Amino acid sequence: MSVAWRLWRTASGAVMWAALALSGVAVAADAVETALGNGMRVIVKSDHRAPVVVSMVWYKVGSIDEMTGATGIAHVLEHMMFKGTHSVPNGTFSRLIAAAGGRDNAFTSKDYTGYIQTLHKSQLELSLRLEADRMVNLVLSPEEFAKELKVVMEERRWRTDDRPRSLVYEQLMASAYVAHPYRNPIIGWMTDLENLRVEQAREFYKRWYAPNNAILVVVGDVRPEEVFALAEKHFGAIPGKALPERPLRDDPPQLGPKRLVVRAQAELPYMVMGYHVPALRDPEREWEPFALEMLANVLDSGDASRLPQRLVRGERLAHSAGAGYAGIGRGPGMFYLSGVPTPGRTVAEVEAALRREVKQIAEEGVSQDELKRIKAQAIAAHVYERDSMFFQAQQIGTLETAGLSHRTVGLYLEKLRAVTAEQVQQVARAYFIDDRLTVATLDPQPLDGKRPAAPPAGLRHAP
Amino acid sequence: MHRSAFLAWIAGALLWAAGSAHAILPIQHWQTASGARVYFVENHDLPMFDLSIEFPAGAGFDSPEKSGVASMTNRLLRRGVEAMDEDEIARRLANVGAQLGARFGIDSAGLALRSLSSATEREQGLDVFARILAAPQFPQSVLEREKVRLIASLKEADTKPDTIASRMFYRLVYRDHPYALRAAGEPETVKRISRQDLVDFYRSHYTARHAVVALIGDLTRDQAAAIAERITSSLPSAERPDFVLPPVPELRAGTTRDIPHAATQAHILIGAPGMRRDDPDYFPLFVGNYILGGGGFVSRLNEEVRQKRGLAYSAYSYFSPLRQQGPFVIGMQTQREQAGLALKVVRATLRDFLEKGPSEKELTAAKQNIIGGFPLRIDSNRKIHEYLGLIGFYGLPLTYLEEFIKNVERVTVAEVQDAFARRIDPERLVTVVVGPASSHSQAAQ
Repeated sequence: MSVAWRLWRTASGAVMWAALALSGVAVAADAVETALGNGMRVIVKSDHRAPVVVSMVWYKVGSIDEMTGATGIAHVLEHMMFKGTHSVPNGTFSRLIAAAGGRDNAFTSKDYTGYIQTLHKSQLELSLRLEADRMVNLVLSPEEFAKELKVVMEERRWRTDDRPRSLVYEQLMASAYVAHPYRNPIIGWMTDLENLRVEQAREFYKRWYAPNNAILVVVGDVRPEEVFALAEKHFGAIPGKALPERPLRDDPPQLGPKRLVVRAQAELPYMVMGYHVPALRDPEREWEPFALEMLANVLDSGDASRLPQRLVRGERLAHSAGAGYAGIGRGPGMFYLSGVPTPGRTVAEVEAALRREVKQIAEEGVSQDELKRIKAQAIAAHVYERDSMFFQAQQIGTLETAGLSHRTVGLYLEKLRAVTAEQVQQVARAYFIDDRLTVATLDPQPLDGKRPAAPPAGLRHAP
Repeated sequence: MHRSAFLAWIAGALLWAAGSAHAILPIQHWQTASGARVYFVENHDLPMFDLSIEFPAGAGFDSPEKSGVASMTNRLLRRGVEAMDEDEIARRLANVGAQLGARFGIDSAGLALRSLSSATEREQGLDVFARILAAPQFPQSVLEREKVRLIASLKEADTKPDTIASRMFYRLVYRDHPYALRAAGEPETVKRISRQDLVDFYRSHYTARHAVVALIGDLTRDQAAAIAERITSSLPSAERPDFVLPPVPELRAGTTRDIPHAATQAHILIGAPGMRRDDPDYFPLFVGNYILGGGGFVSRLNEEVRQKRGLAYSAYSYFSPLRQQGPFVIGMQTQREQAGLALKVVRATLRDFLEKGPSEKELTAAKQNIIGGFPLRIDSNRKIHEYLGLIGFYGLPLTYLEEFIKNVERVTVAEVQDAFARRIDPERLVTVVVGPASSHSQAAQ
């Protein structure tokens, strides 16, 4: 029950989307989908490598759908989904899954909320029966809500309040977006959590938890027809609902660069730069998102990419440095650059170096060797991904809840392969300008609470 | 055997084998000419393979004066070999999509490679992998850089309540035993590490005779044999017959330590030396711990701390079995003001479990989950590969996975209670609370 997968790549540079199936291997089939009469979609990917099934129900609702003053409600509701129904009392859900040899969990993101069970394939029906039940029959009691809210506050303290770099990221988002709900943390502001009431959870549940707002994704040792039949049996009778309008909420134009400082107890300074960039909307026709993905990989896709090689190992300016493109989501896209200076160096120097690296690509482009290397890495990564059923199910759900077809999986390598050096250069030129930029810096404070004598290096910045 | 359902076949066979004594998981095992032990599972489902090599070269072999040598040796292996600098190593691996990983633990250390199995990719990845193992240069200048980076990371970590708690916990549980040392070293000990230390550590610990090679994937037995020879033939030769870690001394009394910290949450660790990897009590403790604090949302600790009282996001317990007695740990984080209350609940839960043991119903539920969920433990190459390394390094039987189910099935309530009673004495536990300035933990006792 965690807030997971914030779609923000850090230093690892892992490719976020899957790619097309390589020919000649027949252990896994393409995903197949159907829709029930009530509008619920079912997507099944057979993978017969092990007698295991990963079953996920994804609701197209997340922190993006929250109202001012009630941030965190999507995630609190995710926790409450384990608190019982009329026929499956509080505490029983996880016990039933455990007794069947299964594991269960759930996650909330900006765009979606998901519920997972991993089980022996013979237990799939148990998972679907329980999910169908709590889609409509959830009991939300004030006592359990009050208790669970305390758990969520502990989760917030643990994830964010006591982690300086999480605070920096949270503040970056709150500053980069003015009106768009991406400005709010998924887990919610503590001040909002303190005021949440069970009625708000009931209302949110009533509004968004419906078969026509859900996608069942099943990956494993199953045949699509048997999953379709089971889905019909358990979810088919649940009536669909009229879902609220989802307004397009564009941010007003940014008027200049934004800067902010977070003071928290730490040893090392840290900085993140966020640039507003386009998100992926039409994978067939767009090329820019793929050029941005390529740019992120040229900068940061492991030891052989530019940031680790130049900033960390070559110049020894950065203790670590990273880049990432978050382009899959219902909301706008963002490109991140981040770094920690080596002791004796400053965040200003790291920022200047990161800007220089992007500028160099804008002016000189990237080499054919680099493009070739990143494509080779993507092809290999795609094969490796198929060693994990969980990952495959996660890809399908992430794409679908972002409004993209799971078939985008099949386009990714093709589109990445088609990216040219000129296109990478073009996006580096177009989007890395100050009017799209927010910079957040961690100004580390000593543990004993005394302020440092000298002005902190983090406050000086490049012109 | 149906080619496309290899793991399915294994898992089905294993469940069936719960009642028989035959080895089912087809682990092929042999020794290389140089004496390395090889564990191989052939699986052509995906055009890829996973390879690892491990040595008795973990942090347990550090000295207190220079703790961090083992870790730094491992870290620098890939940072330059004869005629190939670190940039070139990185490029050659990335050019074929190969992923090089480090393996570093308290007992063991080594390297892992994930690669496509097609000839060009396979050959290029293996070439780099073999050269890293055979001729690491430990360049002086790279060592200086990595020392600066590591010391900065250690100092950063030392501001975090979880690191502060865990360092103190290990010091109190293990005192003079090498398991007390922080795996990556301390800022002042890392400063002292010289290039010669790394060369010496590599020469004595990264030897063929002590190596364990684990392989799974799209390779034939002949290919696997050739790979194992290739990566072990140029390793240093062993001067020492064996690496033995001293036994862990018993805790004579309980210790409680409060460390003030301004974080919003108190970090609490409670524990003691637990069990060895080859411990005769392994299964009663493993199954019993599932009930106490290992079983995710359904454990007693989670029930008492989170479900009933909303005191924490997670409360857990685990045994971490090692060559010698690895730790038994109970952990949680809670708002600092209620640290005392949380401690009281955890202690009462543990005491009740120790005094009365689990119920038959709890034991049945634990077995249902562990046995019913067995296929989930081996549903990917990566997971089987982990087991191969474990079986190899700790010398567990090749039939370990088949026997796993039977061993779990066999555990009784009395055995769980007896094993816990002999291992965990509530009067002789280490308790560390990082957070509140006053001694909430004392008050709670």
